[in-house]
Amino acid sequence: VARMNMIQALHSAMDVMLEKDPDVLILGEDVGNFGGVFRCTEGLQRKYGEKRVFDTPIAEGGFVGAAIGMGVNGLRPVVEIQFADYIYPAFDQLASELARLRSRSAGTFWSPVTVRAPCGGGIRGGQTHSQSPEAIFAHVCGLKTVMPSNPYDAKGLLISAIEDDDPVIFFEPKRLYNGPFDGDHKKVALNWNDHHKGEVPEGHYTMPIGQAEILRTGSDITILAYGTMVHVTMASVEQLNIDAEVIDVRSMMPLDIDTIANSVCKTGRCVIVHEATRHCGFGAELSAQVQETCFWNLEAPIVRVTGWDTPYPHAQEWAYFPGQKRVIKALKQTLAIA
Amino acid sequence: MNSKNPEATSKSGNQTGFKNLRLSNAGEVNRPDEFSEAVDISKLAFNLIRVLDDDHQAVGPWDPELAPRILRNGLRHMLLTRIFDDRMLMMQRQGRLSFYVKSTGEEAVSAAQCLALKPDDMMFPTYRQQGLLLAREVPPQELICQLLSNSGDRLKGMQLPVMYSNADVNFFAISGTLATQFSQAVGWAMASTYKGDDNLACAWVGEGGSAEPDFHYALTFSSVYKSPVILNVVNNQWAISTDQSIAGGRYPFAARGTGYGIPGLRVDGNDFLAVYAVTQWAAKRARAGHGPTLIELFTYRADAHSTSDDPGKYRPKDEWKHWPLGDPLDRLKQHLIYIDEWSEEQHTCLLEELNTMVVKAWEEAESLGNLSDGPWPPTTAMFDYVYKEMPVHLQKQRQELLEE
Repeated sequence: VARMNMIQALHSAMDVMLEKDPDVLILGEDVGNFGGVFRCTEGLQRKYGEKRVFDTPIAEGGFVGAAIGMGVNGLRPVVEIQFADYIYPAFDQLASELARLRSRSAGTFWSPVTVRAPCGGGIRGGQTHSQSPEAIFAHVCGLKTVMPSNPYDAKGLLISAIEDDDPVIFFEPKRLYNGPFDGDHKKVALNWNDHHKGEVPEGHYTMPIGQAEILRTGSDITILAYGTMVHVTMASVEQLNIDAEVIDVRSMMPLDIDTIANSVCKTGRCVIVHEATRHCGFGAELSAQVQETCFWNLEAPIVRVTGWDTPYPHAQEWAYFPGQKRVIKALKQTLAIA
Repeated sequence: MNSKNPEATSKSGNQTGFKNLRLSNAGEVNRPDEFSEAVDISKLAFNLIRVLDDDHQAVGPWDPELAPRILRNGLRHMLLTRIFDDRMLMMQRQGRLSFYVKSTGEEAVSAAQCLALKPDDMMFPTYRQQGLLLAREVPPQELICQLLSNSGDRLKGMQLPVMYSNADVNFFAISGTLATQFSQAVGWAMASTYKGDDNLACAWVGEGGSAEPDFHYALTFSSVYKSPVILNVVNNQWAISTDQSIAGGRYPFAARGTGYGIPGLRVDGNDFLAVYAVTQWAAKRARAGHGPTLIELFTYRADAHSTSDDPGKYRPKDEWKHWPLGDPLDRLKQHLIYIDEWSEEQHTCLLEELNTMVVKAWEEAESLGNLSDGPWPPTTAMFDYVYKEMPVHLQKQRQELLEE
């Protein structure tokens, strides 16, 4: 076990898989010699060679399309989309091709591609370096969509994604790369050294895709969060000093509705927190499923805390970002406390 | 050769007049070494590689000098494709099929290219290359089961008729989203290079679909990684109702290769021998590690885009009759007769044999389910292939369906 930040954990996952399986390849913009703009693949080309870790032309649709073909021909490509905001040129290949290949060939062609995409804000990235498009992909049947919130989960989930014979869209909240972030940008940035999820085994381990984690048990209210918002939520709960159950959803598809429903049926209250825009955000699906499974146990309306339905702004980043203030307001409202 | 920009072949209501087609005479175009630099042979894109002349002789440096049995095999596949297409159209008109897409006039593309490949080469077709399946000896009843989405459909009813998929003969699952297979084919070829085998990928797109980004991705990526792939643009002049000038056919589509450092060959798509020869050229280049070739197959879509289309609304009804490059089937037949390896009698016999085969195939396929009464694949099949293992939410939805 070593201390790792999220970048190191992701790097370690790819290192382990490149070592273990000669069919695993890494490709994307600047991932080769340079090691990626976030350094997640640093040194991997030197270690495994240019045939296995290589740069691509700047054409997301092109390298995702090519990765699909590689997967059909027996390889296990891991592609990096430099920022999740750049994933849209590849949307046709992801939604119409990668997601449906197995189905349209009745199980005879498939492509086990993993797509890594740094997402989310809090880095002064403006509207083209801050988006959280997970709901768009969670909506597409045939894809699996995950978003870890810490180094330990990130490594286990990425190894599972690479080993999975179905395509996985793997979102990495980039504000968490170097340390947990509770939403207070004025505080000194933390690193993963003091966080228990910064302890990461150096070898191979997996974390099943489709399992939520209860981070904190409680009886008064259930809070569903994922990605950066997990840390904002935990800090909010602490500040408000309430007996909340906090669940890190981790996987949008498949969704661990059993863990979620058991919790909400127990607490009777539910707040959903995500960074993405609200309208048709993944919180809408969570809210619908909680309502379907827990309606008779609910004591208050389900409330969503999200980014506003605007493009992610630059100067107004912290007015957009759903920080502790917004979370606490929703918790008070749902718990009917002043 | 006319160096003016090509115009639309014709417009609805206009007289047919195929001007500015940039035709070359049979045998006129030189055949460079397979390992030539793209820039050194860029003129090939503005010529038209042809082997069969008006007297049915094979002439010039591109003559692949094929054994007569290969020619007869090619003729058989082309004829089977045409008979199959005609029969399926009839079935559609009788209401026994919901939808069909013919490849009439373009049979040489599938037949000649498929025969010039190895069985292990992966084919990434569009919906107008059904001839590839027949050339890889897939029984016609298999295709018909797919068209009927009946209980014998190997795709279990998951796909629109004509969107075939057949992993057994390395025929990739056809997609309705145009050109996506182009960049996938390049990736498949990149994997072949990585694994060190000598298989290549061969992909097709229409001239209309060449405007899609994937066409350009494929050229960029195959050029950068020198992938063993053959990239074909079937220029059949028409993308549903829009002529090839709307797709950007100001210069020949083959000419797009040069800018990417990829040889662009422009070939008479109705000339079996020429199509075979350029495919062989590209395959040799690819297998030797010299990378991709862009081939423009210059042909004509003789029939409607699909059974949902009415070409009389946008082009003269008899336009194909005036196509200066003729009928690919007839041209190969006449060549075989000319070299004394075929006769009208043999042709009549073959016609009868294949007709009977297709009629029988229809009956066999329909015995596994017809359009109106089935039997069809299980209704729950739609849940079976979304993921490798069915997730819980799909298991629940499947159960809900069963309880409906």
